[in-house]
Amino acid sequence: MMKKKINGMRRSPKALGIVLFAGLLAVGTGYTAVNAAVSPKVQSVRTAEEIALGKKLFLSNCSSCHGKNAEGTANAPSLIGVGEASVDFQVSTGRMPGAASGPQLEVKPVQFTEEQTSAMAAYIGSLADGPSIPDAAYLQANGNPTVGGELFRINCAMCHNAGGAGGALTEGKYAPNLMKSSAKTIYEAMVTGPQNMPVFNEANITPEEKNDIITYLTYLQNNRSVGGEELGNLGPVVEGLLAWLGLLGLLVTITVWLGAKSN
Amino acid sequence: MSEDSKDLVKQVDSRYSEHEYETGLRVIHEDAVKDPGLEPHRVRMTDKSVKHEKNAVRQVTLLFVISMLGSAFALYSYFAFPIVIGDMNSVRMNTLFLGLGITLGLFGIGVGAVHWAKTLMPDNEVTEERHLTRGSDEKRAAAIEIINLANQESGFSRRKLIRRTLYGALALFPLPGLIIFGDLGPNVNDKLRHTAWKPGTRLARDPNGRPIKASDVTVGSVYHVVPEGLMPGDHGYLEEKAKAAVLLVRVDPSELIETEERASWSYQGIVAYSKICTHVGCPVALYEQHTHHLLCPCHQSTFDLVDGCKVVFGPATRALPQLPITVDAEGYLIAQSDFNEPVGPSFWDRSVK
Repeated sequence: MMKKKINGMRRSPKALGIVLFAGLLAVGTGYTAVNAAVSPKVQSVRTAEEIALGKKLFLSNCSSCHGKNAEGTANAPSLIGVGEASVDFQVSTGRMPGAASGPQLEVKPVQFTEEQTSAMAAYIGSLADGPSIPDAAYLQANGNPTVGGELFRINCAMCHNAGGAGGALTEGKYAPNLMKSSAKTIYEAMVTGPQNMPVFNEANITPEEKNDIITYLTYLQNNRSVGGEELGNLGPVVEGLLAWLGLLGLLVTITVWLGAKSN
Repeated sequence: MSEDSKDLVKQVDSRYSEHEYETGLRVIHEDAVKDPGLEPHRVRMTDKSVKHEKNAVRQVTLLFVISMLGSAFALYSYFAFPIVIGDMNSVRMNTLFLGLGITLGLFGIGVGAVHWAKTLMPDNEVTEERHLTRGSDEKRAAAIEIINLANQESGFSRRKLIRRTLYGALALFPLPGLIIFGDLGPNVNDKLRHTAWKPGTRLARDPNGRPIKASDVTVGSVYHVVPEGLMPGDHGYLEEKAKAAVLLVRVDPSELIETEERASWSYQGIVAYSKICTHVGCPVALYEQHTHHLLCPCHQSTFDLVDGCKVVFGPATRALPQLPITVDAEGYLIAQSDFNEPVGPSFWDRSVK
């Protein structure tokens, strides 16, 4: 009896609509759930005034390159969906607004106050979902530096150097030195992947693990190398130069002195 | 031949033999430049003036005192800068000051001793003639006598059987050493041709081994990947990881340039490539999100990730091998198979199947 009833319903014209609705609902919620899992949760509630101020600042400072609706132009990418974290990273480190186009945007004196930066972040964040400003709980540098060090060496050190000293990339680009970067900047860089840096979303490296990495870098920032003079942590080229020119020169000088006659 | 040069020949020959003999037709060369002998002795200031001598004495004394102070400082700093467990900075301080003290201690002794010898000890040049290498006839005869005696007493010449078996033993002894070199050859088998990737192996994060869902890999993301189940501490972990390490990247599928054969090797813009450079095997992992360049930090070989990881710059000659991937029923990324070519640098018979 029951089976027949279901079979009957399946053929009814209403079924198509119900199935379609259920399918769309599942896809929609599923997508939101996945999105929430891979990008940081929105923490702050933004007021309409803040967003309006942000839009004003955006129009007067950013829109010439990024387009009036942040849709991007030939000169600069679209900012729709880049998230508040991206704006905060670029503006609070002085990289944006950019001075000139080149291989890479440099760190410059910061152009905006914290409120202005926050307002612009609010405006960009209001356009579409994206990585938000990281939760302060994960910026305390109170994680496990050993785990952080291993994650850093696997995911970051090939570009940023195991000592966080940065390094060269192709065609004039480079991975910057991290020894003066704040915990917030480091976190935002990981979730947004600024410029040519790839993205390390929350599914790849969890917020706790990001805190571990920040803990490791904070340790490096606050403690000098146990092994002696770091020489900028730049590795064998600098060390070799010092050994060959400096130390070998000293040895040659001593040898000459040994063989020279006394006056 | 003049009388002079005959004299010279006799002089020269007398150094090698007491016997006189005719010089025959030998041509004796006389050096165009005569040996000038020793330089005239130069008197040092410390020999001439008492003031300079006293100065030198003071300098040497000061150097030895510096050495004593250095050693004392090394002793002091061992206790003043102890290594505190858990405080890495204390290790730095301990090593630094202990090292400085020991350096001064040794440096003072060395420089002081040399300065003493150079300024105050007698500096008259002395020539010591080398004696001839050849022994006297008596000594040579005695040596031969000893050898003959040893031969007689041991019976080395007389007892042929013993002698020949000894020769045989000595000849055979190195052979086991030689044949073990055979292990360097064909016993490598196909270790260079296969990695730990098998059909259906899940892609997992390095280092914690958590498997990766396709939905976790957002556009622009980079994952450092090992085969699931390969964990630190496993037998041959590092060897397997060194071959199987993979870089996982998602790009906009419209940017991918894929050959027909490889079209099914990626999943919705997610591609997986061997991280081992085809030049000399460094891990290639410097990924630039927008240029899609993969840079090898060792020799700057650059690979274009969206175009089959072909070489666009540098000494590498082959593209990075691609790992064919897909997803399983639960949405986790899995390998379709092992790499379809050997990973890493070239080897002797790489192209031989």
